[in-house]
Amino acid sequence: MRENFYILQDGILKRKENTVYFENKEGRKILPINKISSIFAYGNLSFSSGVVSYLSKEGIPIHFFNYYGFYEGSMYPRETLISGDLVIRQAEYYLDPEKRLCLAGKFIEGACGNILKNLKYYARNREDIQEIIENYVTSIKTELSRLIDAETVPSMMRTEGKIRELYYNALDEIFPEEYRIIKRTRRPPNNKMNTLISFGNSLVYSTTLSEIYNTQLNPTISYLHEPFERRFSLSLDVSEIFKPILIDRIIFKLVNKNMLDDGCFRGEIGNMLLSDKGKKIFLKEYDEKLKTTIKHKGLNKSVSYKRLIRLELYKLSKHVLGAENYKPLVMWW
Amino acid sequence: MKDESVKDTDYSLDELKDEPETNIYAEVFLGSVRITGVKVNYYHICKTKLWLFSHNINLERGDDNVALGKILHEDRYKKNLKNITIDGISIDFVKTGKRTEIHEIKKSKKMDAADRAQLLFYLYYLKKRGFDAVGILNYPLLNKTEKIEMNAEDEANIEREIEEIKKIVLSSMPAPMHKKICLKCAYQEFCFCGRGDKNGE
Ligand code: SF4
Repeated sequence: MRENFYILQDGILKRKENTVYFENKEGRKILPINKISSIFAYGNLSFSSGVVSYLSKEGIPIHFFNYYGFYEGSMYPRETLISGDLVIRQAEYYLDPEKRLCLAGKFIEGACGNILKNLKYYARNREDIQEIIENYVTSIKTELSRLIDAETVPSMMRTEGKIRELYYNALDEIFPEEYRIIKRTRRPPNNKMNTLISFGNSLVYSTTLSEIYNTQLNPTISYLHEPFERRFSLSLDVSEIFKPILIDRIIFKLVNKNMLDDGCFRGEIGNMLLSDKGKKIFLKEYDEKLKTTIKHKGLNKSVSYKRLIRLELYKLSKHVLGAENYKPLVMWW
Repeated sequence: MKDESVKDTDYSLDELKDEPETNIYAEVFLGSVRITGVKVNYYHICKTKLWLFSHNINLERGDDNVALGKILHEDRYKKNLKNITIDGISIDFVKTGKRTEIHEIKKSKKMDAADRAQLLFYLYYLKKRGFDAVGILNYPLLNKTEKIEMNAEDEANIEREIEEIKKIVLSSMPAPMHKKICLKCAYQEFCFCGRGDKNGE
């Protein structure tokens, strides 16, 4: 299985025949092209000529992240797995309001299923907060049950917003004071938890995009999010399902095991960033998470978390092809 | 196959030889549907596979099996390779009797119905273009060859299959059904990834 390649330093990518090097003041490193699925660039990356076209030819996307560690953009290689038929049907499911609504609802349903799993998991062995978490679980379920009545995607989005708020409130009960979310803010995050969530969500978005590249799905046709929201909006849709599975669990581990000290953050409240140290710790956890395998009941074999994203995309393909109704992944483990 | 079969590069099927490309594709158009040997082969293996392949749902950029087929082709059959292939299958011309001999190299150990049907399709294709041809299946892993000739019944069968393939390709995707060969199929994850998922908790 190919792996992600994370570059945290500033430097230049150089190509010499069929070898690509990463080079900076500190030295030179060979990139094992045949073993890389995507490159995640956190530093300032420049390119000598030919590198980008070579990586594109090899089908390796590069994802760029800014100073905060947020997603900036991607070099998405030329598509080679194309099915005109699938793209047409993907668009059909967007254009038909009923079909679109159905799919949009599935992404929320999947995300919520995983959120509920998380709450139960986090509250395990926590008698002090068990009851209050139970209450949140009930409220989330009530909101979720309203989803069927939603007649438009924006109203679904509102439901999702409410569920997310309940979820973050519940997390505030679980995590130590230092990691309270209070109000989820985006750019730039104003506290540690928001910083971790934003950093992680950018990773899931990029990873999902790389997986989409390996299917016939067109990354710009989406259902829950509007296609004009971001260039690769399908990645936003599918990410919803995986954020609680990947990122929230990683954060839980980092906080719970006290793996983050003050040196992992920089900046002040209101402008909190992950330091290089913090990024390294997070990326290591993320990479390990993607490689972790679990037994898939349907396939009767072990699959990695990263593979689960691909499988989700296959399920989506089958849905738009009319072969099998899409059921979002909810952690069964 | 044996080396003593005399091949004569000068004996030519001009229209084939003049191709600037060394590869030609045997295809029959049925309305909008292009029927190829590979599709005939998949028709016998699995209708879902035929459908997915026909709709360009391919899963991998580089497929190990394809690579293996190529290596077998290039290494073991280097000597016999002519500059003409149909869908990657080499064509030899046999002098005696002036029959065209088409060789297909199979990496599997089984001589199955799908291989046979694919080859028969090529014979059918050539016949429609006026070449009386005979097919040779080569099984390097078994060190065996098999000669395939097309009779009237085969021909009628092929025509029926072509019609059938067209119908399948133009219908919606056939639901995957688990069978033994799924375990070796590149579409396995695609076909069965939805099983075992449930909604809610
Ligand atoms: S996995 Fe099985 S059902 Fe699916 S295409 Fe392959 S052979 Fe057909």
